Amino acid sequence: MMPVPPQNVVIVSLLLFGIGVLGVLTRRNAIIILMSIELMMNAANLNLVAFSRQHAHLTGQVFGVFTITVAAGEVAVGLAIVLALYRQFNSIHVDDVRLMKE
Amino acid sequence: MIRALWLIPLFPFAGFAVNGLLGPRVLPRKLVGPLACAAVALSFVVALGAVAGLGHLPESSAGLTVDHEAQRVTQTLFTWMPLGPGKDGRSVSVDWSYVLDPLSAVMLLVVTGVGLLIHLYSIGYMEHEDRSGYARFFAYLNLFMGMMLVLVLGGSLPVLFVGWEGVGLCSYLLIGFWYDRMFDEKSGMSVADAGRKAFLVNRIGDVGFILGTLLLLSALGTAQIQDILKGVPQLGAGMATAAALLLFVGVCGKSAQIPLYVWLPDAMAGPTPVSALIHAATMVTAGVYVLARMAGLYVASPTAMTVVAVTGGLTALVAATLGTAQTDIKKVLAYSTVSQLGYMVLAAGVGAFTAGVFHLMTHAFFKALLFLGAGSVIHALSGEQDIMKMGGLRTRLPWTHATFLIGTLAIAGVPPLAGFFSKDEILWSALSGRGGSLLLWLAGVVTAGLTAFYMTRLYMLTFAGPPRLTHEAEHHLHESPPVMLLPLILLAVGSVAVGFVGVPHFLGGAAVPNLFEHWLEPVMPAAVHAGAGAPLSEWAAMFVALLASGAGIAAGFAMYRGGPRPERATPAVRWVRAKYYIDELYDRAIVSPYRALCRFASAWDARIVDGAVNAVAFVTDLAGEMLRLAQTGYVRNYALGFFAGTILILYYVLR
Repeated sequence: MMPVPPQNVVIVSLLLFGIGVLGVLTRRNAIIILMSIELMMNAANLNLVAFSRQHAHLTGQVFGVFTITVAAGEVAVGLAIVLALYRQFNSIHVDDVRLMKE
Repeated sequence: MIRALWLIPLFPFAGFAVNGLLGPRVLPRKLVGPLACAAVALSFVVALGAVAGLGHLPESSAGLTVDHEAQRVTQTLFTWMPLGPGKDGRSVSVDWSYVLDPLSAVMLLVVTGVGLLIHLYSIGYMEHEDRSGYARFFAYLNLFMGMMLVLVLGGSLPVLFVGWEGVGLCSYLLIGFWYDRMFDEKSGMSVADAGRKAFLVNRIGDVGFILGTLLLLSALGTAQIQDILKGVPQLGAGMATAAALLLFVGVCGKSAQIPLYVWLPDAMAGPTPVSALIHAATMVTAGVYVLARMAGLYVASPTAMTVVAVTGGLTALVAATLGTAQTDIKKVLAYSTVSQLGYMVLAAGVGAFTAGVFHLMTHAFFKALLFLGAGSVIHALSGEQDIMKMGGLRTRLPWTHATFLIGTLAIAGVPPLAGFFSKDEILWSALSGRGGSLLLWLAGVVTAGLTAFYMTRLYMLTFAGPPRLTHEAEHHLHESPPVMLLPLILLAVGSVAVGFVGVPHFLGGAAVPNLFEHWLEPVMPAAVHAGAGAPLSEWAAMFVALLASGAGIAAGFAMYRGGPRPERATPAVRWVRAKYYIDELYDRAIVSPYRALCRFASAWDARIVDGAVNAVAFVTDLAGEMLRLAQTGYVRNYALGFFAGTILILYYVLR
């Protein structure tokens, strides 16, 4: 099997990251925003793993494991916030939450 | 009773407080007038006791300094303003002190005595006022009495000045008493305008007065009048002249002398008892009182004396000519007052301070009488003041007529009524006194003739001739109630009798001594008479003056026997009737430019100053509005900013 060239991996990662950013910026549903954030994080993971392989060094992969752990914690906190939002406003649309403006 | 000096101004103040606070709502209406009268009556009684006490003075004791030689009692109540060390290191302070000496005694009795009668009269005159107006009137009147007594008794210039300003305030309040009425339809002047005019013109004088006070205080380190007079020799001629002239500016304001006399005729907008009390008998004579009080200062400055004498003579003459053309009964009397005040100032200016104060006293009687008589006529005619619409009242108002006639004869200088003696002494002094001259004397004699003329005219048009009343006025015509007639009668008696206390030496000889001069001897610098050096003898001068008065009376009688004359409007007549256009001149030269300046200042404030402040606020506001746009409240907008920022930083770092 031919090794995937690193630049292809970086391009995929860039696409993933771009989709994530777009999702965060355009979607209103807090859960989708959370998911988009996950996408961006995984794009970073992909990069870490790809470069780990290119440099034949394990540090990148270890970093990837750490990132997944942090992402799990982040999702836990994020979902807790979404839950709190829902309880407070009866909605998980972030546009409904503009208390700082008013 | 000399120790009770401090009580004298206190009674009217108490009356003011009670009537002012409780009068409009709590006190029954019937109590308001008698209460005000009682306050003044108490002052009068205490004043009488205190003046009687001048005859057997006690020794000095705590708070009471007695000068036996000058018959002066100074009661120091407290230190008012401690001013710290002066030039020579001694501490300077202004005490609140009252002084009773023969001069302030005369004023004290005139003010409380005539004031009491006018208070009594007001009970009748103001009966148609509603309850709160009635109480307000008597409260103001009492406040005025209190302030006037502070003025008279004040032992230092600042204390005197408190009274001086206080009576000015009361004058303003009482001129504007009917503040919702129109005073002069023709010129569109409201009663409130008249009050303001009096207040503002007086203010010009007051600035001079306070500057004079401060000048003396800084030069001599004391404001106590007696100490100032003692220190006059140290002043130097220039300083004495400056201080005397500055004080004289104040005198011109208060005593309505040229060029500040314009407020007094318009002060007639006030109720008539006010005109009698404030603008004839008491307040306007305060200026003459100050001249007499500060006589020692004026005598030290021949320049100031000349200015005083010329101003007085000119005012007497000019105001008398104006009095001949007025058709408002009170305005004739107002110009007459200005003219008579001119006499008093003239007397002071030629060193005859005693004669000036004597005329002040006699004038207080007959002018108060004339004003109250005019008030009685106005009251009887339901408010009519135009003498062209009067006439024939002699039989309808017998008491008013009789007393008014006495007042007319007294002011016209018919012997032996009060006005004759005092006027004669002034005229003689104008001829032969310190700095007296034929010109000053002539001005006085012509004034005497004019006075007799316009008073006869006033009398004839009001009381003689065919009645020219409106049907309405005719219907309501009634003689005034006894409470108004009693003061008239008492003042008429005074106008006849009071002259005899000051019979000139050449008339009385040894048999009738000049009591008044003798009484003031301890405090007044003696009048200097040229005696033989005068162009005329005292007898001749008297006869010329009498001739002038007689001619005036005869002319007035002949011209107005048949009622008003169809007057030819020659330029001279029109000029006099327009009051020499002095009001218009002041309006053009001072009031209008000042108004323009005010408008400019107002515009400057509104446009430039406020504009700058508003511009700063506007810019701040605008910046806030712009920043507000960035704060949408949408999370994604913030996230976009965050993202864009990241990219910028990355670009910057990786470039």
